[in-house]
This record gives sequence, structure tokens and C-alpha cells, in this order.
Amino acid sequence: MSSIGLPHFLIVGAILFSLGMVTVVTRRNAVGILMGVELILNAANVNFIAFNHFVEGPGRLTGQVFSIFVIVLAAAEAAVGLAIVLAIYQTFRTIDVEETDLLRQ
Amino acid sequence: MTLPDVAQAFPVSWLWLIPFFPLLGTALNTAFGPSLQKRFGKRANHAIAIGVMVASCVVAEIAFWKMFARPAHDRFFENRLWTMWQSGSLKVDLSFALDPLGMVMTLIVTHVATLIHIYSVGYMADEPAYWRFFLWLNLFVFSMLLLVMGSNFAVMFFGWEGVGLCSYGLIGFWYTDLEKAKAALKAFVVNRFGDFGFVIGLFILFWSLSGTWNAQSRYVPEAGLGSPRLGAPLAHPRVSPAGVQLGPTIEFRELRNQIADESSGMAGRLGAMTLFGLPVLALIGICLFIGAAGKSAQIPLYVWLPDAMAGPTPVSALIHAATMVTAGVYMVARLNFLFALSPVAMTVVATIGALTAIFAASIGFFQYDIKKVLAYSTVSQLGFMFIGVGVGAFWAGIFHLMTHAFFKACLFLGSGSVILACHHEQDMRKMGGLAKYTPITRWTYLAACWAIAGFPWAAGFYSKDEILWKAWTAEGLSAPWMGRAIYLIGAVAALGTAFYMFRSYYMTFTGEYRGGHGHAPKETQEDPEAVASHAHAAAALHAPDEHGAAVEALEASVPHPHGHDAHAAEAHEHGGLPHESPRSMTWVLIALAFAAVVSGVLFGLPKLWSGHEPLLEAFLAPSLPAAEKVPFREASHSTELLFQLIGIGIAVVGWAGARALYLDARSTVPERLKAAFPRAWGVVFNKYYVDELYDATVVRISVLFSRALYLFDQYVIDGIVNLMATIGRGVAYADAAFDQKVVDGAVNLLADGFLHGGATLRRLQTGRIQAYLFGALAGAIAFVIIQYVIR
Repeated sequence: MSSIGLPHFLIVGAILFSLGMVTVVTRRNAVGILMGVELILNAANVNFIAFNHFVEGPGRLTGQVFSIFVIVLAAAEAAVGLAIVLAIYQTFRTIDVEETDLLRQ
Repeated sequence: MTLPDVAQAFPVSWLWLIPFFPLLGTALNTAFGPSLQKRFGKRANHAIAIGVMVASCVVAEIAFWKMFARPAHDRFFENRLWTMWQSGSLKVDLSFALDPLGMVMTLIVTHVATLIHIYSVGYMADEPAYWRFFLWLNLFVFSMLLLVMGSNFAVMFFGWEGVGLCSYGLIGFWYTDLEKAKAALKAFVVNRFGDFGFVIGLFILFWSLSGTWNAQSRYVPEAGLGSPRLGAPLAHPRVSPAGVQLGPTIEFRELRNQIADESSGMAGRLGAMTLFGLPVLALIGICLFIGAAGKSAQIPLYVWLPDAMAGPTPVSALIHAATMVTAGVYMVARLNFLFALSPVAMTVVATIGALTAIFAASIGFFQYDIKKVLAYSTVSQLGFMFIGVGVGAFWAGIFHLMTHAFFKACLFLGSGSVILACHHEQDMRKMGGLAKYTPITRWTYLAACWAIAGFPWAAGFYSKDEILWKAWTAEGLSAPWMGRAIYLIGAVAALGTAFYMFRSYYMTFTGEYRGGHGHAPKETQEDPEAVASHAHAAAALHAPDEHGAAVEALEASVPHPHGHDAHAAEAHEHGGLPHESPRSMTWVLIALAFAAVVSGVLFGLPKLWSGHEPLLEAFLAPSLPAAEKVPFREASHSTELLFQLIGIGIAVVGWAGARALYLDARSTVPERLKAAFPRAWGVVFNKYYVDELYDATVVRISVLFSRALYLFDQYVIDGIVNLMATIGRGVAYADAAFDQKVVDGAVNLLADGFLHGGATLRRLQTGRIQAYLFGALAGAIAFVIIQYVIR
């Protein structure tokens, strides 16, 4: 049995991404969508770390730095996203994205 | 006096000023006339018109003195402005020329016209369209000056038609009166007949000069003419040994040189040419004379002139007596070299002139309308002028033209003054005794009567006698007895002239005033211009303050001179007695009467009396090269003196007859004669029914022809046009259908396609982010799959 290598991490990342993607596309709740986005971002983080470890080699921090950026960005995004959700709620009295189709106009 | 055959032009640059000034006056009065009249009164209009005429006179006089200072053979001024068009050998310049003949005409035209302009100020004072009158008058002078100053046929013809147009415009000046409009139309149409002959004559002349234009011409070139081959194009200009350029030309001077220059052989060549078997020279002469007969009112085209009296009296004096109607005489004199080559043409001119002279004189015997008497007298006098130019006494014809311009203008203006005095009455039966009321008019009229009748102390004697004497001795006509026959006819006509002129004088000025008092609105032929002018004259007699009011009142109430009520309202103020005309008119009468008396002695004293050639003859000699070539019989001095005595005798007999029959309206002979020969009297009084004859023939045929043309137009031309229209409509319908179905269909199809496509596509835009995201994801997956598959 071989040790855990890059493909395993990438598969985990891919699964995470897919789950996030499906969440984003299918959830009708705006907060759920934000959560899906978090999953997608973390899938990317997994990939960064994995690539840093296996491609850059130990001692290099490029991937980690990227991940930290992404985490910070995710926090900001979540804050902004929740604010938008709040605004949507105040406008539409719902956070069901099926109902908020103003973009059609 | 011998002059060189070839006339050289002396170029000058200011001749155009003479016709330019009247044109300027026309332009100013056309553009600003109505507003000037409104703002500054009528003074502004006549100030312009008279100002330009005076300027024109001054230039003409300067031209005369400059010409006079030059030697006789060198008096050919020429002012070429520009070439109007050029086509082959035809080159048409806008150019003016003055030779002695043109100079005399120009002086007569400008000076008489200026006087008549001044006269019109008084005569037309109450005309509402004052500016229009003066613009026409100025335009007429411009056209007349083109006619006499044009150096070629084109410019002359332009003036020829221009005076016809102005004549039309001025006869029909009061165009709201149908009779006057008809008279204008008659003058215009009759002149068209003449102009047609004139143009044909010009074409034949131009054709006959070329010789190489038409290979069928019978022309055999003489030694003097360069090209030996018939029909060969002119490689080089042909020049006669004397240096005269030969070939077709429309320039009078060049034509004159070609014919006058013996070495060119042109005269002989023209003499030998025929057209359809007729001698070309006679044909040209007769065609041109038809034009002259139309313009100068000769048989058979004289009928328009008596009717032309419908125009205002100054117009009758200027156009229909002094200047325009003499254009035909001028034209024949201008082309003297051409006419002199053809005895047939000369005979036709002289004979028609003589017949017209006696025919018109006889009609003049029994007319009662004073202007009609003068009109027939004009026709008759024009006949005398044509006798003059027809028998070869060209200078005498021009001399009579000049004296006639003075005395006939004086007579016409006098008649205008009389008509004014008698409250717009033209019928001499209702005049009488005017000598008392209008002394100046009376004396000037009498002076002019002396002149026209031929008393030796007035001008007419010298000119008429010279013409008749030359007719008696003429030998250039087609038969040797022709000259004497023409003399006899002319002498009888002269007798008639003396008789009817003094008849009009005695009927008008002697006896008791027979006119009505005041102005009961009578519906006899009254002259509207007299209404207006008379009112003015009446107003002029009032005190200045009343004057303005009267004129104002008239202007307000007489938009057209038929304002009877205005007239009647004003009539009681000055009573019904005749009155003398305002001063501006009488001065003109005096000036013309003076000229009518002295111009004869001054310019035409016979050689028999003075021992040298008459001044005018000597002056005109360079323009009349043919004058020396026309043969006249030698006659002794005593014979000539005898004929002069006969001339005086004729005048005395005519005068005495008129005096016996018409002085003071005492004699009953005229009435008894009228009663004794009612039929003959009727024929003459009705002008030999010539108008009726014209109506029955020419007018009827023209009307029938025009009706036929109308029907042709209506059915054939309109049919064709309608057919074309129907076809056009059919095509248009087909085109419209194609447009609507095919073209519009294609366009609509495209539009509908986009419309439906858009409607379909818009459903994709749900506005739901997830749908978009799903789309993006699906796209990405599709790419991946495609990538995978393709690789």
C-alpha cells in the first residue's frame, strides 16, 4: 500500500470543490450558497497546500501564504456576502434565490 | 463727295453707356419703384427715369461731337463688349456701333424720349402704377437704343423684339380694360407676322453670303473669292484685294464693306444667286421689308397701329409716332447697300410706301377721334419715308423720319393736352374753340400742322419735298414710269395730309366749344388716362394746400382710372370749361414745335437754294454707300423749283380746303357730302373694312387652325400622353406589387426572424444567478468533455 501522495489530496480537493459547486448551484437558500462558496475556496486551499508540499518541497511557504490570503478573503467575502443577503432579505422579505430574479430586467 | 468704299471701325469703350443708363433706370424702378413711390412719392420714380435719360442724352451728345471731330470716312465708332456665342462662321458679339446714321437715330431717340418722359410727369401724375409706366418707358428706350446702336443683326433683332415687347406692355398699360389688352395683343401678333419675314430674310442673307455652306447653291465663285471648289470648307479666311474679309457675317459694317467694296465681287455674286429660281437679293429685300412693314405699319400689316392708340398718349407719341415705328425705315436705310442691289426690292418698298401713304391718308379724312387721325397720319407719313428709302433717297427718308419724329410727337402730345383740356374727350366733334382756352397747345399744334402739311417755313416741307422730288427723278426702280407714278400717288397723299391735318386743327381749335360741361359719367369711349391726368391738371390749378388734398383724395379713390365717381365729385370744382395743361407739358410742346419748325431749314436746306449739299445728307453719306449708286435722272434747276412750288401749292390747297370746310364748324358741306354719298363715306369711315377683312380671313383662319390644333391636342396628343400615363401606371402597379411582396417580404422576414429569435433567447435570461452559474458550469464541463473527446 503506497503512501498518501499528491493525487489523494487533489481528489479530496476535487470532491470538496464538487460538493461546493453543487451546493452553490442547487441550494435555494442564499446562506447555503455562501457556504458552498466557502467549500470551493477551501478546496482551492487544499490544492495550494498539497502543491506546496509535493511540488515546491518542504521549507517553502508559497502555498501556505496563498491559503492564508484565501482564508482572509473568504472571511471578507463571507462578511460582504452576509451583508448582501441581509439587504436581500430586507428588500424581498426572503432569502430564497429563486425569488430574487431582478437581474433578469 | 467720294468716300473710300471700306469703312474701318474706330474702337471706343464707352458707347455701351448710352443704352445702359435707361436699363439702369428700368432696373431701379423695377426693384425699388413701388417702395420709393410709397416712401418719397412719385417724384422719386420720375427723377430716376428722367435722370437716366438725361445721362444717356449727354453721352449721346458727347459721342456726336467726338464723331463730328473726325474725318467723314472715319466716323465708325464701335464698342465690342463680349462674344455672346460662336458657332462655325457665325460669331455673335454683344457690340454697339455708331456711324452717322446710327448717330442721328440715337440723338433723335434719346432727345425725343427725354422730352416725352418729362411730358409724362404731368400726364401720368395720378396713375397709381406710376413706377410701372416709367420702367416700361425706360425699357423701351433701352430696346430702341439696342436697335439703332447694335452693330450686328443679333443685337438689332434683340432691340427689335424688345421694342415690340415694350409696345405691348405700354399699349396694354391699363390691362384691366379688355379692349386695351386686345389692342396690345393685336400689335404684338401682327408684329410677329412681320418678324417672321424679317428672320427668314436674315437666314437667306446669311446663307447667301456663305456660298460654301450648301453644295446645292448655284453660286459660282468669282476670282475675288478664295476657294475655287464648291462646298469646300474654308481653310483660310477669304479676303478681297482691298483687304475686306469675305464670307458670312452678321455685322452691318462688315456686310457693308463686302458689298460696297467693288473688288470683292460680292455684289455681282449675290446678284447672280437664286433660291428656288428666285433672285436671292429680291427675296432678301422683300423678306426684310415684311419685317419693316410689320414694325412700321405698312400695308398690309398696318392694322395694329391705329388700335395701339389705346395706350397712354405719351406712349403713342414716343413709340407709335416718333421712334419705334420708324425702325423699319431705319432698317432699310441701314441696309441701303443691300436694297440698292435689287431694283425689285426697291420697287416693292417704294410702291408699298406710296400705297400706304395714300390709303392711310384717305382713312384719316373722316375719322373723328383725334388720336385715330394722328395714327393714320403716322401710317401715311411712314409710307412717305418708305417712298424715300425705296426710290434710293435714303437720306431723305431718314430726314423725314427726323422731322416726323418732331412734328408727330408734337401733334400727339398736343392731342394729349387737348384730350386733357376737354376732360378726356377724344372725339373732335365735341371739341372746338380750344384756341381760346389752350393757347400754347393751339400754337404748337398749328406749327406741327404746318410742318406735316408742308409749308416752306416748317420742316416737313423740306423732307417731304425731297422725297417726292427724288421719286419723280428715280430711275433705280424696275420700270422707268414707276417713279412718276409713285410721285403722283405721293402728291395726292400729301394733299390729303394737308387736308386732314388742318381739318383736325380747325375742328379742334376753332369755332365754339361743343363739349359737355362737367363730367356726366358718359359711357362713350373715354380714355382712362385722361381721367387721371385731367384730374391732376385740375388739381394743379388749385392752391397748393388744396392740391395735396385733391391728389390724396384721388389716389385713394382712383385705383384704376375708371373712377367716375371720384371724377364727378371733383368736376364741379373747376367747371366744365377746357383748361391749359400744366407747365411741364407745355414746355415740351414748345420745344418740339420749335424743332418741328427749324430742323428742316437747319439740316435739309435743298442744294438748289443753298448751293451745297444739305447738312444731313453730307453727314449721313458714309453710312449710305449705296446712295451714290442709285441712278437718278438729271433735271434742270427750274424743274426742281417748279416741283417745289407744286409742293407748296399742294399744301395750300389742302389747307384751304380744310379751312373752307371746317373753320369754325360753319360749313355744312361736309355733312351734305356725307349725306349724298353715305355708302362711300361709310366705307372710308370704317377704314375700308380692313379690320373686318382681317377678322374674316387671317383671324378666322388662325382661330380655326388653333381650334384644329386644340382638337389635335385634345385627342391625339392627350391620347398619347394618357396612353403613356396608363402604361406608366401599369408598370408602377407591378413595381409596387413586387416591392410590397418581394422586397418588403424579405425585409420583414429578416425582421421577424430577429424578433422571434430575440423572444426565444430572452427566456434564457431568468435573472437567477444559479441558472447563470449552472450555465457556466455546464459550459466548463462541456469544454472539458470536448477537450477530452477531441484529443
